[in-house]
Amino acid sequence: MSALAQGGQVGDPVLNTVVFGAFVVITLYVVYRAGSRNTSTADYYAAGGAFTGVQNGIALSGDFLSAASFLGIAGAIAINGYDGFLYSIGFLVAWLVNLLLIAELVRNTGRFTMGDVLAFRMRQRPVRAAAATSTLVISFFYMLAQMAGAGAVVALLLDVHGKGGQALVISVVGLIMICYVLVGGMKGTTWVQIIKAAILLLCVVLMTVFLLGKFGFSLSALLDQAAANNTKGEKILDPGAQYGKTPISTLDFISLSLALILGAAGLPHVLMRFYTVPDARQARRSVVWAVGTMSVFYLATLVIGYGASALVGSEKILSATGRENAAAPLLAFEIGGTVLMGVVAAVAFATILAVVAGLTITASASFAHDVYANILRGGKADAAAEVRVARLTAVVVGVAAIVGGILANGQNVAFLVALAFAFAASANLSTLLYSLFWKRFNTSGTLCGMYGGLASCLLLVFFSPVVSGSPTSIVSGVDFHLYPLSNPGIISIPVSFVCGYLGTVLSRDKADPAKAREMEVRSLTGIGR
Amino acid sequence: MTEVVQPRVAARPPRPRSATFGGIGPAPGTAGDTGPDYDAIHAGPEFTALRARFRRFVFPMSALFLAWYLAYVLLAAYAKEFMAIRVFGAVNIGLLLGVAQFASTIAITAGYVRWARRRIDPEVAALREAAGVER
Repeated sequence: MSALAQGGQVGDPVLNTVVFGAFVVITLYVVYRAGSRNTSTADYYAAGGAFTGVQNGIALSGDFLSAASFLGIAGAIAINGYDGFLYSIGFLVAWLVNLLLIAELVRNTGRFTMGDVLAFRMRQRPVRAAAATSTLVISFFYMLAQMAGAGAVVALLLDVHGKGGQALVISVVGLIMICYVLVGGMKGTTWVQIIKAAILLLCVVLMTVFLLGKFGFSLSALLDQAAANNTKGEKILDPGAQYGKTPISTLDFISLSLALILGAAGLPHVLMRFYTVPDARQARRSVVWAVGTMSVFYLATLVIGYGASALVGSEKILSATGRENAAAPLLAFEIGGTVLMGVVAAVAFATILAVVAGLTITASASFAHDVYANILRGGKADAAAEVRVARLTAVVVGVAAIVGGILANGQNVAFLVALAFAFAASANLSTLLYSLFWKRFNTSGTLCGMYGGLASCLLLVFFSPVVSGSPTSIVSGVDFHLYPLSNPGIISIPVSFVCGYLGTVLSRDKADPAKAREMEVRSLTGIGR
Repeated sequence: MTEVVQPRVAARPPRPRSATFGGIGPAPGTAGDTGPDYDAIHAGPEFTALRARFRRFVFPMSALFLAWYLAYVLLAAYAKEFMAIRVFGAVNIGLLLGVAQFASTIAITAGYVRWARRRIDPEVAALREAAGVER
């Protein structure tokens, strides 16, 4: 046991690797068993629609609770207190959008991808191209954030500090992920999510109960101790420790909140999960279970975050390798020694692995189904060829994720997740809602809404302090920032709604009224699906 | 978990309305096996009522939770002193309001599921039956 060295390395890298290895072996076995019959497109993309609402709900939370959620939020609460908790609330409340407005209707209207819903009553080619573009961009950004985070986790948990060694580990993680997707298709990937979500939830609940027990089940005592051991003191119990510094940072926080709550319903890998269940009622149950598991998870991270501040202390966390991200593993070491640390480490890896697998299958489905089958082959592609293209795309996407992860390793990419949410909220949510609820919405409205949202997001980020003009910018030395916030949501979300509206009203395009009626009937009743 | 869906589903009324689909029936010019006649269903009073009922619930509810969430975010951003008021021990209003967001999310979820099971699912089942779609 290498104990608490000055470098902040804790736990036993060998044990961590062994626990993670066990997870990989078990999940690979499950994936192999699940995936033996992945021959049709419905099997590969949507697991034949054979999962129950409960299973899919747990898998949804598995897809949604990324390493950023687990390590990131626990760390943010440990260091900045209440402001970290604000993230959790946005992530959770966002699911109501899915529950009320999206899940059942999307399930009833589409078959495999977000493009199915958006292109339902529009001109197929341009709309599918837009949907695929947005899916690929969002998935890639989200994936890059996960893979780049993997480097930090590797350094922290496996004691691999050289860039070469980290690159090797990232490659191995990526290759395992590709295996999951190729062998298991959607069914195998879903099982990986379920297993991972179950372990993650069990792990955080046990830690929470233990922590509360240690403080005599008094949250107040835990909070007092957390404040006492944090350099920011009592301020961590109130909002504003991180976002309240300047009026601009407060506005940035509001922008982020908007992106979080409106983004979850536009994330392609979340939308795609609704196709893995047999009907709308099961899609509804999926969201119910997802909300249930995530409520437990986010409340637990609140206790874990403050617990890390109370038992480990903010100074020690910030001096560890991985800084904020180290809060949860350090706390696990503090309360459960190397074994619990090993479990938490394995969970963190499993999380990265599973989330990237979910993103990869979404990206590959969108390319194969929207671009190959519907744009290039005009909807007449042979199913076997389509699945072949999807598998090939999965490999390409996986390799891109590995390369991107290695290049972005060590960069400050936390903003990428927030950015993916902003993209999803700007490009996808507006067009999905218009498409489901506004009869006049037409092809040019869809294109304006999607590209308007995407373009305004990209422009705003390019001219934001994320790229230039602040000490943490990607580009240093030059300052061309014009937009003061680092999150584009507060501008780009309204822009996409306005673009979608104007694009519809100003164009000479006519919506297809018969198709619109069919879509209304199908989305509410599931007839024809 | 708030989910207790399964038991009561069995109690769904045995869809008596099968053949009386708004008195409309298959529209002229549509053969029986070319798929459901969406225009006829869309024009039928059952569907119109179902759509109105669905939208009357989900739109106000969405507006409500969005407004409540935004109010909370704005309080956290601009009313820090208020949020920092201690209620008991180290627990302040901010924390309680945050937990209240969790509670309201769970309550809305449970409420929607309950409502949909009673007011939407039977109607959808009847429409599907009338359209000749087996579940």
